[in-house]
Amino acid sequence: MNILAIDTSNQVMGVAIYKDGQVLAEYTTNMKRNHSIGLMPAIDHIMKETDMKPDQLDRIAVAKGPGSYTGVRIGLSTAKTMAWTLNIPIVALSSLELVAYNGFGFAKYICPFFDARRGLVYTGLYEQTDSHLAVRKEEQNISFEAWLGQLNEMEESILFLSQDVELHRSMIVSILGEKAVFPSVDQFHLPKAGILASLAADRDHELTHEITPNYLRLVEAEANWLKEQERKRNE
Amino acid sequence: MSEYILGIETSCDETAAAIIKDGREIVANVVASQIESHKRFGGVVPEIASRHHVEQITHVLEETFEKAELTMDDIDAVAVTEGPGLVGALLVGVNTAKALAFAHHKPLIGVHHIAGHIYANRLVQEFDFPLLALVVSGGHTELILMKEHGSFQIIGETRDDAAGEAYDKVARTLKLPYPGGPKIDQLAQDGQSVIDFPRAWLEEGSYDFSFSGLKSAVINTLHNAEQRGEQYLQEDIAASFQASVVEVLVEKTYRAAKNHGVKQVIVAGGVAANKGLRKAMEEKFAGEASALMFPPISLCTDNAAIIAAAGSVAYNQGHRAGWDLNANPGLDLERYAQRNK
Ligand SMILES: [Zn+2]
Repeated sequence: MNILAIDTSNQVMGVAIYKDGQVLAEYTTNMKRNHSIGLMPAIDHIMKETDMKPDQLDRIAVAKGPGSYTGVRIGLSTAKTMAWTLNIPIVALSSLELVAYNGFGFAKYICPFFDARRGLVYTGLYEQTDSHLAVRKEEQNISFEAWLGQLNEMEESILFLSQDVELHRSMIVSILGEKAVFPSVDQFHLPKAGILASLAADRDHELTHEITPNYLRLVEAEANWLKEQERKRNE
Repeated sequence: MSEYILGIETSCDETAAAIIKDGREIVANVVASQIESHKRFGGVVPEIASRHHVEQITHVLEETFEKAELTMDDIDAVAVTEGPGLVGALLVGVNTAKALAFAHHKPLIGVHHIAGHIYANRLVQEFDFPLLALVVSGGHTELILMKEHGSFQIIGETRDDAAGEAYDKVARTLKLPYPGGPKIDQLAQDGQSVIDFPRAWLEEGSYDFSFSGLKSAVINTLHNAEQRGEQYLQEDIAASFQASVVEVLVEKTYRAAKNHGVKQVIVAGGVAANKGLRKAMEEKFAGEASALMFPPISLCTDNAAIIAAAGSVAYNQGHRAGWDLNANPGLDLERYAQRNK
């Protein structure tokens, strides 16, 4: 199975080609830059390197967020359109789950998170089973302090994976103490398009038209509007 | 053999795709409007527009190809609006276009949104140069001189609000539901121009526009009337406001057309659907040497057929975008034109 994987959901941009049960090529940048400029040249490059033609692809894998709204849409517009026009399945994975897989095999509980500003994070809790990571606590957009309070009710240690870990390390340690575990190599915090490709090989695909970004957050105008409707109903 | 260009447009709140044949014939033109979604906010919310685009885009493409009974194999090039517009919204179209072009080894063409509005008219009638285009919409008020295909010279533009923006703001003052512009035009049909609102002529010989003073004048007039306990008919406010906007638009377009000896005058953009503007233009240009043209209303508002029409010309002039094509919310029309050479 030939898979093209695309992740532009956060600061890291990653593309990978998977073929015959292994990752043939992976290209990653970790810079604050515009993924709209860099993505298609990266795909073009990696396809040439692996001598892969678009019509030889069997599947597209994409990280659907959470993350930068714009970044997520760049990846999804590209991935959905390619899957649709090549008439091949698309597998969309949570960007948090993708980072969590960096810790697969290293810890029972894994907490990936992305900083969402003003004390908030996008996060979820994953638990290792024999074959995969299962969602233990649903992904959400939540105050990190409240979230860490919830995690502290657990007995076991938790592996934290996030490119934003340094922003929050002191708070994590102050709440969870010894239970908080961090990888010793920074690379483990970065999402890997190669892992995305490998995971997508065994996943069920979704209907291309139906795939939407995993924003985990309403647009502010919409949230306000809903609140206003609620208020009017209660009047 | 015929040339087929696929156009994609997502610069504001319409998700659109179209296929046109030989630069001038619409084969399919699909627009998914988001007006219903933005109505509750009284205007376009950029983030919500972007979210709708990514949900709609493959549906819109599918419908376009089904209607055209064509496949990507038949397409010669993919043209997409690269700017100006809302950056998040533009990005969906740009990346969609790149994915299509890449997957099928087709040339990719970046199109300036205003070039599209002007080329709307070529889907109805061939251009005869030099021509003058008045582009009026919610985001634009520009007088553009074209001496040949793909060449755009801005000879006048708004210094503050776009004409359509002034319409929307006045509509909000009158508490008309969104989108208010067309409703003002409707009200104006039944009103009298009883208030003498200012006309911003600016310096002698200038083809530039300014509508922010007019908007303030309307707000002040309403406010003062209210304090005196008087009330104007909404229809009369609308008619008086519209008379001021239309007179300036028509007069400046007329002078520019005379001065540059143009053969055609094209009125394009969303406000080109305005009945008051159409009527005044027709009266002013009756019997004149320059032929006055309005694209059909369905092509005045944002759609992708007009992007494909402008894209066809750029394609034939040899313009090609690279895989690093980006959304450019402030894309400059004249620089865009030079790049096409
Ligand atoms: Zn427009």
